[in-house]
Amino acid sequence: MKKTVFFGALTVAGLAAGAAAAATLDDVKERGKLNCGVSTGLVGFAYPDDAGEWKGFDVGVCRAVAAAVLGDPSAVEFVPTTGKTRFTALASGEIDMLARNTTWTFTRDVDLKFEFVGVNYYDGQGFLVPKELGVSSAKELDGATVCIQTGTTTELNLADYFRVNNISYEPVPIETNAEAQQQYLAGACDVFTTDASGLAATRAAFEDPSAHVVLPEIVSKEPLGPLVRHGDNAWGDIVRWSLNALIVAEELGVTSANIDEMLGGTNNPEINRLLGTEGTLGEMLGLEADWAVKALKAGGNYAELFETNIGENTPIGLARGLNAQWTDGGLLYTPPFR
Amino acid sequence: MTIASDPQRESFQLSQLIYDTRYRSMTIQVVALMGFMLFFGWLISNTLTNLNALGKPIDFGFFSEPAGYDINQRLLDYTSQDTHLRAALIGILNTLLIAVMGCALATVLGVLIGVLRLSSNWLISNLMSIYVEMFRNVPVLLWIALIMAVLIEGLPAPRAFRGEDPAATMSFFDTIAVTNRGVYIPEPLFSRSLGDVHFLGAGSLRFDVSLDLMLILAVLFAGLFGARLVKRNADQIQEATGDRPTTWYYTLGLIFGPLLIVLIALGFHLGYPELKGFNFQGGTHMRNSLIALWLALSLYTAAFIAEIVRAGIMSVAKGQSEAASALGLRPGRTMRLVILPQAMRVIIPPMISNYLNLTKNSSLAIAVGYMDVTGTLGGITMNQTGRELECVLLLMLCYLAISLTVSAVMNAYNNKVKLVER
Amino acid sequence: MSDTSSNIAYVRKDMLPQKAPPKTSVGAIGWINANLFSTPANILLSVVSIGFIGYILSGLLPWVFMSVWNADSLNECREIISEAYGSTHGHACWGVIKERWLQLTFGFYPPEHYWRPILAFILLCVTIAPVLFEKVDRRLLIVTAIYPFLMPFLMWGGTIWGPLTAAVGFVIGYFVYKAAAKKFGTLIAVIAAVMLPVIWWLFIAGPVAGLLSGIPIGLEFVESRRFGGFMLSILIGVVAIGCSLPIGIVLALGRQSDLWIVKSICTGFIEFIRGVPLITLLFVASTLLNIFMPPGTNFDIILRVIIMVTLFAAAYMAEVIRGGLAALPKGQYEGADSLGLNYWQAQRLIIMPQALKISIPGIVSTFIGIFKDTVLVSIIGLLDPMGLTNAIRADSAWNGIYWELFAFVAFVFFVFCFSMSRYSMYLERKLKTTH
Repeated sequence: MKKTVFFGALTVAGLAAGAAAAATLDDVKERGKLNCGVSTGLVGFAYPDDAGEWKGFDVGVCRAVAAAVLGDPSAVEFVPTTGKTRFTALASGEIDMLARNTTWTFTRDVDLKFEFVGVNYYDGQGFLVPKELGVSSAKELDGATVCIQTGTTTELNLADYFRVNNISYEPVPIETNAEAQQQYLAGACDVFTTDASGLAATRAAFEDPSAHVVLPEIVSKEPLGPLVRHGDNAWGDIVRWSLNALIVAEELGVTSANIDEMLGGTNNPEINRLLGTEGTLGEMLGLEADWAVKALKAGGNYAELFETNIGENTPIGLARGLNAQWTDGGLLYTPPFR
Repeated sequence: MTIASDPQRESFQLSQLIYDTRYRSMTIQVVALMGFMLFFGWLISNTLTNLNALGKPIDFGFFSEPAGYDINQRLLDYTSQDTHLRAALIGILNTLLIAVMGCALATVLGVLIGVLRLSSNWLISNLMSIYVEMFRNVPVLLWIALIMAVLIEGLPAPRAFRGEDPAATMSFFDTIAVTNRGVYIPEPLFSRSLGDVHFLGAGSLRFDVSLDLMLILAVLFAGLFGARLVKRNADQIQEATGDRPTTWYYTLGLIFGPLLIVLIALGFHLGYPELKGFNFQGGTHMRNSLIALWLALSLYTAAFIAEIVRAGIMSVAKGQSEAASALGLRPGRTMRLVILPQAMRVIIPPMISNYLNLTKNSSLAIAVGYMDVTGTLGGITMNQTGRELECVLLLMLCYLAISLTVSAVMNAYNNKVKLVER
Repeated sequence: MSDTSSNIAYVRKDMLPQKAPPKTSVGAIGWINANLFSTPANILLSVVSIGFIGYILSGLLPWVFMSVWNADSLNECREIISEAYGSTHGHACWGVIKERWLQLTFGFYPPEHYWRPILAFILLCVTIAPVLFEKVDRRLLIVTAIYPFLMPFLMWGGTIWGPLTAAVGFVIGYFVYKAAAKKFGTLIAVIAAVMLPVIWWLFIAGPVAGLLSGIPIGLEFVESRRFGGFMLSILIGVVAIGCSLPIGIVLALGRQSDLWIVKSICTGFIEFIRGVPLITLLFVASTLLNIFMPPGTNFDIILRVIIMVTLFAAAYMAEVIRGGLAALPKGQYEGADSLGLNYWQAQRLIIMPQALKISIPGIVSTFIGIFKDTVLVSIIGLLDPMGLTNAIRADSAWNGIYWELFAFVAFVFFVFCFSMSRYSMYLERKLKTTH
């Protein structure tokens, strides 16, 4: 049965993926599919529903890029990646972009040679504790047992934080969120630490969420955003400006509901440029003129994506916080579309 | 007389390389070697090209950089400011620890279950069959996760020990605390300790040796050696006179007398665990991750060992034990002198591969957060540095070295007990 | 006293009818006495085990059977359970299995094409039936020969010409060997029978398949990323074992051979693979294999995993077959020599058929091992049953569900592996009696 491998190698792989050379855009167009790396499962950000459709906030970004490039939000192959495999998958060209709550750090950008195109979620590492412990600050956690999800920057931040504050702790590294929840609820650890968004999602799944509180300390900056390989700036621009289009659309009040109306023409030139009814922004990116329209129709603007996947009306119930527009006191601030 | 002339010297022809069996094996080997080397060279050149294209040439420099993460389970001292190399070392030691503990427990359990499976008690033998089938036919990764979950949900949290009327209490006269964070047992302490000797300064491979422990071991070995001398002396007297002098008090005195003196001299006492703040403090902490992994690997491997032991015992012909009874050997000696040595020959070779399997399966420690070498070198270090090639190759090398050592040792033992055939 | 002594001594002429055995040694009581309470130690053991079984079942049975099947989310489950039983603990929520069992079985395979993996699985059973059971019609072996080409076609789809042209290569090889063996001798025939198909595959098959693809016979192409769940486990296991068989035979022969270099290469490979855990090989598959290949090649992850698992299985397979070879009586080798057969003829006609037959139980055990080990692919992010449990928990409807998914996965694995190990035991017994 040696033939199986041979045959498989010949046809399947040959068809599935080509060389990961410089022109990612051409590859994607030729393939007709965008290969987008996502998490193997993270509440609110990426998960398959019962029909096998991927859903979530990070998934929404993938779909927007696919819509902008290929005109079809469903022309995405989602590649589940783990903390270990994500960077290799991107570096080897197996995926065209990675949208998997990945923290933008110096070494990842410079040493691992990736290009973070922006931030789709400003997160930070926090602590979840049961109310009955009576702890009100992370500094009171001397000697506590802390559950950490491994394979991320979390354990580094934690080690640094406790070292700086000169308090001792017992780390319990845990591979998956489900096990962390279980250990935490059973009292096998006093504190659970991961990104604040993850804490909120975890807490929401508890039988009695009100018995647990997220401590006020946020011990790290976790700008999470999509990234691409170094060296293909044209492709990087496409992903960057697709993301920016989602953000700026919220700022300009363009939603998936009113976009058709606005296509008829508005008196705001920036909206017109965004929607391609004026100027040649799409052409400059090497895309159709209505690229941003398609991206926005895929899942709505940033606010719509946020609200449907992780916002306050979902079980996860995250507030916008830092992820509000700069006009509302948040950090979302896109360069102008000009 | 005609002398048989030498056969005519054949001239060598190229075709002989293929058709002449004298040369053919040579040809095949040379071709194989060339093919092998070509293939290897091809792999290496590909790798170098690709790494250059990625801008990540092979570089082990990251080993001397601070790791930045903490490891809870460690046999040597370690802080997050230590290097990646030291983190890897801690991981290797943890792997060895779980492997040794696992092999020991798996052997005990396996032999016990293998013997019980042959029991005349219907309930017991069937229960053991169910056990063996359950553990053999479900992936070990699932068992690790399930046993961890049972420990976490089944045992009380430290906070259950708190308060006026605690839901849980410590066992064995308040000396041992069994919690869902692990088991806290009393630790040996020395009030007049001799201190430690530090080796290799402040390097990544530094280690300390406790002088107390060394002294105790030395005294213990000396005592055992003395006991041996006494035994030999008694043997000689028995051979000469037929009477064996009573020696047990000499033996006991020689082994435990000096030990007791040394322990008192060192100020030996036990440190008991005590609930302070969030956790128990003091005592030795056996973490749940270690216990769960240990139990899961042992129970899983024991199911295989039980089958091996059962097959081994059944392979010894009934006539052997009957002959032993006919010679007047008591059942215990029959087992020890007749059955087991023969069963061992059948048992040992598959046992070796099960020990190796256990060692290799310990790489699943990551599922319970036990930081073995896969968790440190192949996990967080690889993640943080992005040096996949270096980390994975070194990781494989570690396991290979462990496996080869184990199989070399076990094979040497196997050769010792093996039947010498014609 | 004197009276009786004067009587004629009574002599019984007929046998007394056999008495019923005492009640304590027959029927249920007798059985219990003999098997459970024969000695004090046995009594103790029995009581302890009955207590143990009772304890386990008292926890397990209510959990399994007093459970909820109709619920769309964990919270709904909790509500139903607390209404029905008062507490939320100790009762399973099988709603998640009801909703996701298809996903756990097929992964993301398009539902309208589920018949393809099912058909492939049925054909797999047909394929291995003649190998596993002697009573089955030998003519089914034709299916066995076709299956390696049919299975990828069914699973991945695409045009039929790809697998067909690949199969043609083997047909070419076979006929070239037949023709050349008569004219030029075996060695040249073997070389030709290897070279020509390779040339065919490398240079001719592609264009031919390309030409023929104008004739659209085929199935819709399904990317291997859509494979998941138990289908993926079975696929990896079956392909790895299938492919590792020939490699394993070559390695086993190499390790047994007198040629020093060949022997050391084979031994080195086997010991290397057996010395490292599968998880490290999977790390190689997920992170390094692309680096080892020429720039530009890009296998997809499932194929890379299959390659590494195949290599892994091959080393174990080689040891199993070596065991089979070693178990053959020396007389078989000597008999082959005395008939004047050369090495390959002896292997093909005498040694291998017997060695493989006695290796089948070992091969089945290897398969069970590999099949169980496929759950490790979840660690590198493939969505096998274990990986899917995590992905399902990421859906906020099921976030927090734990035991039910693991229990289901463990149960299915148990059913598969247990039936295979029963088969292997049956075979061992059969092989023992025929000797």
